[in-house]
Amino acid sequence: MRMTSTIAMSEDGPTLVQIRDLHFSRGNKAIFRGLDVDIPRGKVTTILGPSGTGKTTLLKMIGGQLKPSQGSITVDGLNVGKLKRGQLYELRKRMGMLFQSGALLTDLSVFENVAYPLREHTDMPEALISHLVLMRLHAVGLRGARDLSPSELSGGMARRAALARALVFDPMMIMYDEPFTGQDPISMGVLLELISTVNKALGLTSLMVSHDLEEAMSISDYLVIISEGVVVETGSAEALRASSSEWVQQFLQGKPDGPVPFQAAAPDYETELLGESRVSR
Amino acid sequence: MSDFLQRFGHFWIAIVERLGRATLFLFQLLGALFSLVKRPALLIKQLHASGVMTLSIVLVSGLFVGMVLALQAYNTLIDFGQENRVGTLVALTLVRELGPVVTGLLFAGRAGSAMTAEIGLMKATEQLSGLEMMAVDPFKRVFAPRFLAGFIALPMLAAMFSAVGVLGGHLIGVEVLGVDAGAYWSQMQNSVSFVHDVCNGLIKGLVFGFVVCWISIFEGADCIPTSEGVSSATTRTVVYSSLAILGLDFLLTAVMF
Amino acid sequence: MNSRAIEILVGLFMLLFLGAMFVLSMKVSNLTSLSSTEGYTLVAKFENIGGLKARAPVAASGVRVGEVTSIVYDAETFEASVTLSIDKSYDSFPLDTTASIYTAGLLGEQYIGLDPGAEDDVLQDSDEITLTQSAIVLERLIGQVLFSRSGGS
Repeated sequence: MRMTSTIAMSEDGPTLVQIRDLHFSRGNKAIFRGLDVDIPRGKVTTILGPSGTGKTTLLKMIGGQLKPSQGSITVDGLNVGKLKRGQLYELRKRMGMLFQSGALLTDLSVFENVAYPLREHTDMPEALISHLVLMRLHAVGLRGARDLSPSELSGGMARRAALARALVFDPMMIMYDEPFTGQDPISMGVLLELISTVNKALGLTSLMVSHDLEEAMSISDYLVIISEGVVVETGSAEALRASSSEWVQQFLQGKPDGPVPFQAAAPDYETELLGESRVSR
Repeated sequence: MSDFLQRFGHFWIAIVERLGRATLFLFQLLGALFSLVKRPALLIKQLHASGVMTLSIVLVSGLFVGMVLALQAYNTLIDFGQENRVGTLVALTLVRELGPVVTGLLFAGRAGSAMTAEIGLMKATEQLSGLEMMAVDPFKRVFAPRFLAGFIALPMLAAMFSAVGVLGGHLIGVEVLGVDAGAYWSQMQNSVSFVHDVCNGLIKGLVFGFVVCWISIFEGADCIPTSEGVSSATTRTVVYSSLAILGLDFLLTAVMF
Repeated sequence: MNSRAIEILVGLFMLLFLGAMFVLSMKVSNLTSLSSTEGYTLVAKFENIGGLKARAPVAASGVRVGEVTSIVYDAETFEASVTLSIDKSYDSFPLDTTASIYTAGLLGEQYIGLDPGAEDDVLQDSDEITLTQSAIVLERLIGQVLFSRSGGS
């Protein structure tokens, strides 16, 4: 059943996720101000941006955990913000999400964590579940760690276990929330390898938010840079490097000062200093 | 002055808003209870976490409270030559008041705070978001089993508290102070009614279980997902639960007895 | 901990609860004599009931035969109307049975004592006991003693 629907879906256009005129604010702070993004099907797409630009918020909105205050997010032809609860849950079964912390259930073993979505949503016999779970665990290299509890895993292993869990239901797309943060070079390498293999081998769509430039650019087919709630630049890694935008160049090269000022918005330093001395006098 | 008024208004608006959120949360929670029919294993696990784990502290407290009651009752009643009624006093105090109330307070401190901390940590470590993204409703799988288990466990613990307390009263009143065993039990039986006292005590336990679990689970799910947020939510659970138990106990007593 | 151990512990927890309920119902409260509520009712009117309360025992020759179910003030006869529930196994009280309010001990609770008369017909459900003796109110008694003393000297 899933096979046929995948085929059917691959026919309706190259864009899997379409974000149009997205507005969202938290408290008085506007996070998105008219965001337009297209996420191509079957590619690795990375959303880049400085910290605090709401990249994780964007993933949560695509997953339907937050509702946009204006604008629309369409995933595979469905408007996420307008879906009923049941429809949203059906959609989520076709999405995987990898959280920063892994978000494994702490009271279950690694095996049970990966088996969890199968047990929740299907009546598969135990032997089949075991096969599927071991297959995924083998793919992420954790078949030997199946009986460990999540607290015994390192950060990188927890993320790999979570990846196995996200993949167990054969999703059409998978979202990664800052997959490289706080990883040592080896587990970073492992994750990079895994993300691109998984994307190619299973033919799914990968969407990643990150601020680790080099790693993200090395595996992404398409990148979107957002800042201040709008899209600044899009394109492949080469296209971005060749960008004429000063802002993009500052971001890519990590210059401390430029269009994004080193100083937080403040009144003119000179007048403030003088004003200060006038008061103290 | 206007500054003060604004802060006062803000304070009350915040309270009303929170109450509203808690009420909506409760409706969602009650709606999710039916799903437990298909998953009794989840309920049993939580009965263990909230009932069995609280049992030892409840039994020990019950024993001591019963013993203290017998001692105090004896010392007071001996002046009137009514020491035979020690059993009545111990049993009525336990079954009507101390059983449900003290058990409720212990439960809030032991199981309620654990529930808040656990759910708060699940939120802080994105486990709740993770469940939602796996198309699993946390209300059905996380909140509802804890709620129902606590709701059932508290009156059960209260009954055990009272029973152990009466036995503790027997230990001190009859074995140590020398009240006649027959008088201890028969005077008790004459004055304690199963329907009016024992059952009303159980109803109190059910009400307290409902409120304590509601507060505990809501505080956990509503907390700010940081270590500081979880710790203050845990504190709030114990404070609000205790106040709710004592306040409701007064109301229930006024209605029942 | 595995689920088997958890299930066993929860089972023991349930058993303990049943044990506690057994103690509370059989030893602590009067569930054993609950059958008395399934009896027949009698009404008795008293001039003064003293400290009699609902659920006070009703005894004949000191044996508990029922309990007081309700006490209301009858505005027509200016008396207290007390409803008694008598166990149905004690269904042969003569029509001229006397109901009296006694006190168990000097400060104890008050109860109703039934003293059977000699008639052949017996009291039926919702009959009225016409022969009653009110409670002895301690203040009144002391007052009478003091009054007769001062009157005598």
